[in-house]
Amino acid sequence: MSSRDAIVAEIPRLRRYARALTGRADTADDLVQDTLERALEKWRIWQRDRDLRPWLFSIMHNLHVDTRRREGRIEYCDDATLPELLQRADQEDSLELRDLDRALALLPVEQREVLLLVGLEELPYADVARALNVPQGTVMSRLSRARSRLKAILAGEAVPQLKVVKS
Amino acid sequence: MNAPISEEDLHAYADGQLDAARLTQVETWLASHPERRAQVEGWRAQSAKLHRHYDAVLDEPIPARLMPPANQSHWFEARHFAAIAWLMLGSVIGFVLRGEPAHEQVTGLASTSLPHMAAVAHVVYTPEVRHPVEVAADQEAHLVAWLSKRLGAQLKPPQLSEASYQLVGGRLLPGDQGEVAQFMYENQDKMRLTLYIQPQVASKATAADASFRYANEKGVDVFYWTEDRFGYALSGKSGREEMLKLATLVYRQIKP
Repeated sequence: MSSRDAIVAEIPRLRRYARALTGRADTADDLVQDTLERALEKWRIWQRDRDLRPWLFSIMHNLHVDTRRREGRIEYCDDATLPELLQRADQEDSLELRDLDRALALLPVEQREVLLLVGLEELPYADVARALNVPQGTVMSRLSRARSRLKAILAGEAVPQLKVVKS
Repeated sequence: MNAPISEEDLHAYADGQLDAARLTQVETWLASHPERRAQVEGWRAQSAKLHRHYDAVLDEPIPARLMPPANQSHWFEARHFAAIAWLMLGSVIGFVLRGEPAHEQVTGLASTSLPHMAAVAHVVYTPEVRHPVEVAADQEAHLVAWLSKRLGAQLKPPQLSEASYQLVGGRLLPGDQGEVAQFMYENQDKMRLTLYIQPQVASKATAADASFRYANEKGVDVFYWTEDRFGYALSGKSGREEMLKLATLVYRQIKP
């Protein structure tokens, strides 16, 4: 398999993760596109004994951090910017789906990343640590906090608040 | 060794990341700690919820702008695609307005055989009750990966659910120039469609290539066209108008 094919095969997963991470289809695909460009540029210096998937997620993580830093992101998502719902036969109640988008948006981004890489992308903890460039212990504590917090948010116990992240 | 069960163990249990020995220990421990067990189930439910909500993205066709070009040099420009899309749209409208079957004087490479081969493959496999496909739709990820690998490009079976057709699965077939992929769809009335995807030898795209063509091969309606490096043929027996609608639906997803 060529480098291009190997990377192309990862695109659906990158898109899924980016969609959940950013909560918006267009922003997500921008992030995926930047990630792919960077990955193809760096391919020659990439060591093949590393797994491709964590490597791609680490590129995406770094780009996402950069973007947020540049924009001085406001941690808030209003109804108008919530993503279009995806159509599936076994779709849950649409209100519930919307709630999940909103709930994820309310998690601090470090916790959201860990929760999604573990719960959605099913990466081994060691790979999550590599992708995010933090010790595995940090992954575990973020995971634990993310799960408690998501539970509280979905149960309506956490009051959504505007939170400005300083650049 | 029986180290005390930690919070980390519980997460690893919920995420299926424990080795067999530790798994048994944690399971035993959870049996006598119902509150913690409920917590672990809650975590699993969260993950399941994430999958329910976001897995649909995996089935979406990949937008063209995300596909790196084969030579890895530059990204395709969006306006290039837009130009082709307009050309195609014009051709489709032209076809519809013309209102009579296109008896083609075939110009493109291998297009003589494309509708014929597609119709033959349609007739051979659609009556199959037990083995209509090699890999069924419940293993779609595997199906896609396998056929993509064999045809040397990322394939994606289009979703035809808005026309009430569901993917049955797919198979690999020999074509006159190598491997060919066939995806099969079925509706509630057990009507079946097949999409035949054949890699084309390098050819210059002409306006004639970039249009829908129609053929009726022994009662099978076939709409076929060339796009990028592939020839596509959609075969079925649900009538020309219906087939044109379906072909348009397929086309739109192949090049969004």
